[in-house]
Amino acid sequence: MTGKLKAIPISAWLGLTIVALNLLVFVFGPMLAPYGMNEIVGAPFDPPSANFWFGLDQNGRDMFSRLLAGAQMSIGVSLAASLISFSIGIPLGFVAALFGGWVDTVLSRVVDTVMCIPVLISALVVLQALGSSVPVLIFTIALLDSTRVFRLARVVAQGISVLEYAETARLRGESMGWLITREILPNALPPLIAEFGMRFCFTFLFVAGLSFLGLGIQPPFADWGGMVKDNQQAILYGLYAPLFPAAAIALLTIGVNLVVDWLLNSGNAVQGADR
Amino acid sequence: MSNVLTIRGLKVAAPNGNLLVDGIDLDLAPGEVLGLIGESGAGKSTIGLAAMGYGRGGCRIVGGTIDIGGTSLMEGNRATREKMRGARIAYVAQSAAAAFNPAIRIGEQIVEGALYHGKMNRQEAEAWKLELLKTLQLPNPETFGERYPHQVSGGQLQRAMVAMAMSCRPDIIVLDEPTTALDVTTQIEVLALLRSLIQRYNTSALYITHDLAVVAQIANRIMVMRHGKMVEEGTAEQVLEAPREDYTRMLVAERQGNLSGAVENPEIGDVLLEVSGVHAYYGKTPVLDDISCNLRRGETLAVVGESGSGKSTLARAIAGLLPTSAGMVSFDGRRLERSYKRRAKEELRRIQLVYQLPDVALNPRQTVGEIIGRPMKFYFGMHDVPKEKEVARLLDLIGLPQDFASRLPGALSGGQKQRVCIARALAAKPDLIICDEVTSALDPLVAEDILKLLKSLQQELGLSYLFITHDLGVVRRLADRTLVMQRGKIVEQGATADIFQPPFHPYTEELVTSVPELRRDWLDTVLAKRQQATA
Repeated sequence: MTGKLKAIPISAWLGLTIVALNLLVFVFGPMLAPYGMNEIVGAPFDPPSANFWFGLDQNGRDMFSRLLAGAQMSIGVSLAASLISFSIGIPLGFVAALFGGWVDTVLSRVVDTVMCIPVLISALVVLQALGSSVPVLIFTIALLDSTRVFRLARVVAQGISVLEYAETARLRGESMGWLITREILPNALPPLIAEFGMRFCFTFLFVAGLSFLGLGIQPPFADWGGMVKDNQQAILYGLYAPLFPAAAIALLTIGVNLVVDWLLNSGNAVQGADR
Repeated sequence: MSNVLTIRGLKVAAPNGNLLVDGIDLDLAPGEVLGLIGESGAGKSTIGLAAMGYGRGGCRIVGGTIDIGGTSLMEGNRATREKMRGARIAYVAQSAAAAFNPAIRIGEQIVEGALYHGKMNRQEAEAWKLELLKTLQLPNPETFGERYPHQVSGGQLQRAMVAMAMSCRPDIIVLDEPTTALDVTTQIEVLALLRSLIQRYNTSALYITHDLAVVAQIANRIMVMRHGKMVEEGTAEQVLEAPREDYTRMLVAERQGNLSGAVENPEIGDVLLEVSGVHAYYGKTPVLDDISCNLRRGETLAVVGESGSGKSTLARAIAGLLPTSAGMVSFDGRRLERSYKRRAKEELRRIQLVYQLPDVALNPRQTVGEIIGRPMKFYFGMHDVPKEKEVARLLDLIGLPQDFASRLPGALSGGQKQRVCIARALAAKPDLIICDEVTSALDPLVAEDILKLLKSLQQELGLSYLFITHDLGVVRRLADRTLVMQRGKIVEQGATADIFQPPFHPYTEELVTSVPELRRDWLDTVLAKRQQATA
């Protein structure tokens, strides 16, 4: 075990630490916050001090407390959206690859059509029409993201399904369920896990972007993207209030990417050893 | 005269620190051909590349000296080594298709080296290219270079790669399995041309191969390798006729074994598989043209032919993987559906397939026990203890220890993987096993063991085999009857003994005489005979 731990590169350790830290904040954030999320504790844009580590926001609320509280919303929405998009994309992608024929054609063309429209525009239209609530936000992002997961899952499954071990299972008369869960999925996991990390980051940035446009998570809930938006005018006065939530977003993105890079490399190594 | 290549105490290490080549000494005199022989993993290709100061895939040269015509590769810097590569020492790989850039004309790629190293100007390089193409007997040498790699055949591309390697008139040429990927009938041409080319320009060569009979035709000296170490070295005659080491003796015996041993199999029953008038197409190209044959219980039918002859396609048509467009496949008196998807579970069970590449035939995420146990559960509903017992029995039958059940395929060697594939087929208790080139990807000695296993299983269990192969040696030892295919058609079929005895069918004769034999004069004899025939 110690040998395995030693094999993990420093960059991955850094990434794992960042991710672990964020997870801690995600779970315990509101409890750790020294002040209430919406509690006004001073004048707008007060600079960092011993009491308020990251200063105050545009309404005089404690930035540090809001960051801790906002983690739940920001990370929660991204995680939920990514999980749902993978639960939709992977089965559909595998089915399209294994059935082929018209099933594949219909699914793939539907996905192509959705992908034709820029994601941001689709999301804006849906959110504008249905009104922005957290469930709508999660499902909109999940559906849009699932098209990309579908494409990856399909092409990976196609590659595996022509290999002789998958052919042997088909020739044995195995059901689609067995083929998907026992032959395809275990061998498709390394690229899919890597993709999960990437998609999570994109989703996170996307939620932040939507919040920035005012269509993401609605006030008074704190979320990191929204906090950047709400504090943007501070930049004009030479204050760095919006940099704190922006830095939190950047840090998590970098952390997840470092972990993903590591998983991707070790995943390939495992595959290489098997072949 | 001094050596063109001198290697002393060469050590090459893999990224994990294991020594792939451990203390090899090697000398190459001008115009001499040294054959490097050994199974896969013996380190022969590693030596070939190390001779150019190169380590592949993170391998590093960790010790020893390499000296090419007075220049030390190890002491020189990167620029020194680059100046040598291509100019003084050149490399010919097994796969020509992977060695050529598909987007650049062949001729341009042949002259590239000479121009890059500044050995010749454009005019000289073109003239030299033409001479090489003529020497290598490529069709229309004046215009051959204008073609792209995909526009010429595999054998022609392999010859073009030799021309590419010769473009700077190197002192040494490293030939890494240059004919292994070719059909036997093409191999003989390339082999003959290679030999005359080397003699004509007095080029020294390291000839790397796993086939003793091939190296017997071309090498002056032979070095036998195993696990990165030298087993023995000597003149070709000495190694082939009076091998000193046991390992070499085994290699020689295995190769000679290919040439003898008829099959006696008395327990042949009624007709099990009947193929009648089968046609099949890939798109609009016919790949099977009116194929009829049958296979009886306990019998082995070999299907032989060159690549593209349709022998694997026939196997896939019988298995239902490639739907036929006309004709009929019957099994045990009942007509089989064209596609496996519409066949009954029981019909699927009775025909099992074993593939050429065991690496991709086993799911890397399932243990050996799961892989072998699955057909038992799927077809016979076996569970838990009875299943485990049956898995253990099968592992015993195929000659693997019982604790292999908990291993993943990644921890197995090629031969062990192929045994597991056979066990998986047996687990379904089939009547017919289709063996598609099952020994082609294995080292000779390992392949030998697999053949013995198949033979004993047949006697024990009364199995029928449809044996797809290009290796005539295998056919002669294993098959009761043989079917020869060429371009999707049956050339002839009959008892194996009759097929391989005069009078031959002309195509069969070409196949038979193209299989290299261990005799040193084999190539000359065959070439002389063919010349007579055409004259």
